[in-house]
Amino acid sequence: MMTQDARWIDIGLASHIEPGTARTLPVQGGEEIAVFRTMRGEVYALVNKCPHKHGPLSQGIIHGDSVSCPLHNWRISLRSGEALGEDKGCTPTIPIKLDGGRIYISRKEALAGSRAEA
Amino acid sequence: MNAQTSIEHPPTTRKRERLVVIGNGMAGCRAVEEVLERDAERYAITIIGAEPRVNYDRIMLSPVLAGDKTFDEIVINSAEWYADNGIELLSGDPVQQIDRDAKTVTSQSGKVVAYDKLLIATGSDPFIIPVPGKDLNGVITFRDLDDVEKMLAAAAGGGEAVVIGGGLLGLEAAHGLTLRGMKVTVIHLMPTLMERQLDEAAGYLLKQELERRGQTILTGANTKQILGADGHVAAVELEDGMRIKADIVVMAVGIRPATSLANTAGLECERGIVVNDQMVTSDPDVLAVGECVQHRGQCYGLVAPLWEMCRALADQLTDTDSAYEGSVTSTKLKVSGIDVFSAGDFSGGEGCEDIVMRDAARGVYKRLVIKDDKIIGAVLYGDTADGSWYFDQLRKEADISDIREGLIFGQAFTTGGALADPSEAVAALSDDAEICGCNGVSKGRIVQTIAAGAHTIDALRASCKASASCGSCTDTCEALLSLTLGDQYGGERTVKTMCKCTSFGHDDVRRLIFEKELKAIPEVMQELHWTTPEGCSSCRPAFNYYLLCAWPGEYEDDQKSRFVNERLHANIQKDGTYSVVPRMWGGVTNPTELRAIADVVEKYNAPLVKVTGGQRLDIFGIKKEDLPAVWADLNAAGMVSGHAYGKSLRTVKTCVGSEWCRFGTQDSTGLGIKIERMTWGSWMPHKFKIAVSGCPRNCAEATIKDFGVVCVESGYELHIGGNGGIKVRATDLLCKVETEEEALDYCAALIQLYREDAHYLERTAPWLERKGLDWIKAELLDDPQSVPVLAARFRYSQQFMQDDPWERRAKGERRDLHAHLGEIRPFNLEIA
Ligand SMILES: Cc1cc2nc3c(=O)[nH]c(=O)nc-3n(C[C@H](O)[C@H](O)[C@H](O)COP(=O)(O)OP(=O)(O)OC[C@H]3O[C@@H](n4cnc5c(N)ncnc54)[C@H](O)[C@@H]3O)c2cc1C
Ligand code: HEM
Ligand code: SF4
Ligand code: FES
Repeated sequence: MMTQDARWIDIGLASHIEPGTARTLPVQGGEEIAVFRTMRGEVYALVNKCPHKHGPLSQGIIHGDSVSCPLHNWRISLRSGEALGEDKGCTPTIPIKLDGGRIYISRKEALAGSRAEA
Repeated sequence: MNAQTSIEHPPTTRKRERLVVIGNGMAGCRAVEEVLERDAERYAITIIGAEPRVNYDRIMLSPVLAGDKTFDEIVINSAEWYADNGIELLSGDPVQQIDRDAKTVTSQSGKVVAYDKLLIATGSDPFIIPVPGKDLNGVITFRDLDDVEKMLAAAAGGGEAVVIGGGLLGLEAAHGLTLRGMKVTVIHLMPTLMERQLDEAAGYLLKQELERRGQTILTGANTKQILGADGHVAAVELEDGMRIKADIVVMAVGIRPATSLANTAGLECERGIVVNDQMVTSDPDVLAVGECVQHRGQCYGLVAPLWEMCRALADQLTDTDSAYEGSVTSTKLKVSGIDVFSAGDFSGGEGCEDIVMRDAARGVYKRLVIKDDKIIGAVLYGDTADGSWYFDQLRKEADISDIREGLIFGQAFTTGGALADPSEAVAALSDDAEICGCNGVSKGRIVQTIAAGAHTIDALRASCKASASCGSCTDTCEALLSLTLGDQYGGERTVKTMCKCTSFGHDDVRRLIFEKELKAIPEVMQELHWTTPEGCSSCRPAFNYYLLCAWPGEYEDDQKSRFVNERLHANIQKDGTYSVVPRMWGGVTNPTELRAIADVVEKYNAPLVKVTGGQRLDIFGIKKEDLPAVWADLNAAGMVSGHAYGKSLRTVKTCVGSEWCRFGTQDSTGLGIKIERMTWGSWMPHKFKIAVSGCPRNCAEATIKDFGVVCVESGYELHIGGNGGIKVRATDLLCKVETEEEALDYCAALIQLYREDAHYLERTAPWLERKGLDWIKAELLDDPQSVPVLAARFRYSQQFMQDDPWERRAKGERRDLHAHLGEIRPFNLEIA
């Protein structure tokens, strides 16, 4: 199933991500994306790479709107991708919108880095 | 447009401009009131409404359903009001078409009404989830009086109701139906009730309270279909197969702005009808107001914004300059006896700080979100007295830095400035003010006790019991100590706190979980006055373990509170792949296992397979999506998870012992396997390693293990508290036993003592050093009953732990944790 639109790509139902967890979205030729759903049901997308040593943020513990990296416990803001606290660094975020329970991800940022950029 | 109808003009059209309002609801009528107030002569007004009645207060439908009000009591504008103001009301006749060129609207009955200015106030439509059975008789929405009447008719026969949606509307419907005598189940998709207005903590308290009132609340529940019998609803089936009997189903999952009329007329619509700050649509003669509009990207579902919109709209219609700039909203739940308030943004974010106050004794939870010295969000449960004051501060964007300390205690503590310092606030309390709610100790009593010589918190606890139970008044007691003793009191608090979310230490938390029978993470946070709403990555895994240990078989493991390795049952590596270690009982293997491992290595192109220090094989470089398939292959050869990833029993290392070795004194391999069969799968405060050596040459290095057995001619020496690692610690000798059975029992007992006493992430070596070898010996050896009792508790708990997590995952459990959501290719997308 897919819905095409110049700006947004439909990536399916928000209910497919259990609140408080994240799921992954590989991008052919590009960077894998982590799609997070917080306990409150907000959805965020980040490149699935910690600014520290590229830990897969999708596997961290999510609390409020930040995630603790599974490798060395840096805390990353889901809103901005910035490392919080003492640590410095930033992971790119990808704009998301929710409509009718479905998640749409911004095509341009999702494909950034992909060689065959559309 | 129908040709046969004549165009009807509102009365006295000659001088006046014609204003036609579509929608006889809250916004439409308020807009008319505002216009009349500014200029009663300007317009000849016609209101066309779909509902066959006068305008009423829609939000009061909930009290009507609950039996607290009658319809007559909630009417806003009676028939006389329309007559007195010369307003023509066409009710029970929805508009079906707008013709913007002819400037007319046509109703269902065929009436055509001309306008100079048109106002669309069609409100919203309830959203119906598209599941099979949604059109059955008995599926009801909750929007207007007709819906309420349908519910009342159904409730008259008692029976069972299922409410889909645990938001404001759904819970008010559930409350009303419960009071009307129905057995009500609320099905809510999200884990938290009213998740848009409440955070997890408040949502949890609300759920508990509603359950206490007899409602069944199912959160995280997804409706699969509504089942019928003879065209009428009979039951609701959830995604997980559960079925709930239902005589009626109330759909309250949300609303959608009613835009179809405007959309068909070619007006710009997105989620709602797009309006500017003057409430004008893309057609300058057509305005829109209420829930049907989208203003600056925002749609509203509450009444307060409507009032503000109506002011700007009426100004516009009477040529006065003004602008609507959007609204900040607050919510209250209208369920009698439950006080819930929320306002603004409380989802946190950069630069946001939380102030949390919990008072378990009174069932109160308050949380303020502060950013740049301003309140930007508030959630109050149980005590909402200060809600409107906080909301006022929020809307005014008042700088709260001066009153910050006492802010959470409310307006009374902060206004006047004098009490802004909490210790002054404490000083200002009267002598009979109760400080310790648990033990009923007043301020006067505490001050007396301090004066009589209790100069520390511990002394206070021991003498007057203040702060001796839940500990929430510890801060206040410390303030009283320093007020009474002055500089003599230097503060204390030697206990290391569990994390930044609390002032409790691990021991307090473990004790209170048990004493207060706390059985869920949000409950622990509430009862122990956690200062953050959802905890952090330190305390959540600790709670999960403590609850699992305290309530075996009862507590449901919270995967969200586990570190990745324990959630995925494999060890994450620095490149984000995983390593897989199947269990090899006692380090013994066979050709089937080895072949299966070899096959997995080839099939999944594992770049490395390595013998571990724990006497088994580690397969590296497996992707998380492949894990379930790898496990299925390993399971097929009879292997289970080795828990090499867990704060749990890791391995039992053995030597070959008396079966083969010329020095061997006992069957160390056999005993090791028995121990591993007994202990595998158990969750612990930290990782736990065991070894059994067949003689004092100690080839299995049993004396650097958490529990080590060294076999001797006359029996088994039991050693505890060793580990390798950065700081090597050799074991201490616990005791010597004569039989294998005893060795097994002592092993189980030591593990259970460690499980029940140690702090989360404390290995046996630091635990032993903190408690002292003598303490552990006394606990285990002084009373001959201790070992059997502890061992029995361990074995009881093991009943629930020893099912292979790999097998469950391989069979499809929690597929979402492994599978990708989908894959993006440059030109298309595959949904997995
Ligand atoms: C049970 C309940 C409880 C609520 N509780 C609260 C609360 O506690 N606090 C709060 O702030 N808000 C509450 N709300 C929300 C509040 O009632 C709405 O925000 C408010 O009524 C919106 O006003 P409106 O005029 O935009 O829409 P409505 O009041 O719905 O009015 C729209 C009217 O237009 C009519 N209409 C639609 N299409 C046509 C057409 N084509 N032709 C003619 N007429 C048409 C509809 O029949 C309806 O009468 C509650 C709502 C409900 C249902
Ligand atoms: C994230 C951190 C760590 C990971 C992922 C890890 C993983 C492992 C694994 C997979 C094994 C093989 C054991 C088995 O067969 O089950 C092992 C063995 C071992 N680990 Fe670690 N380990 C970690 C940290 C540590 C630390 C901090 C210490 C020291 C305190 C330690 C000490 C050891 C020792 C001594 C062995 C050998 C065990 C034996 O001989 O029985 N490890 N580790
Ligand atoms: S520990 Fe003793 S029994 Fe075991 S292998 Fe070594 S020498 Fe032999
Ligand atoms: S890679 Fe994320 S914290 Fe090190």
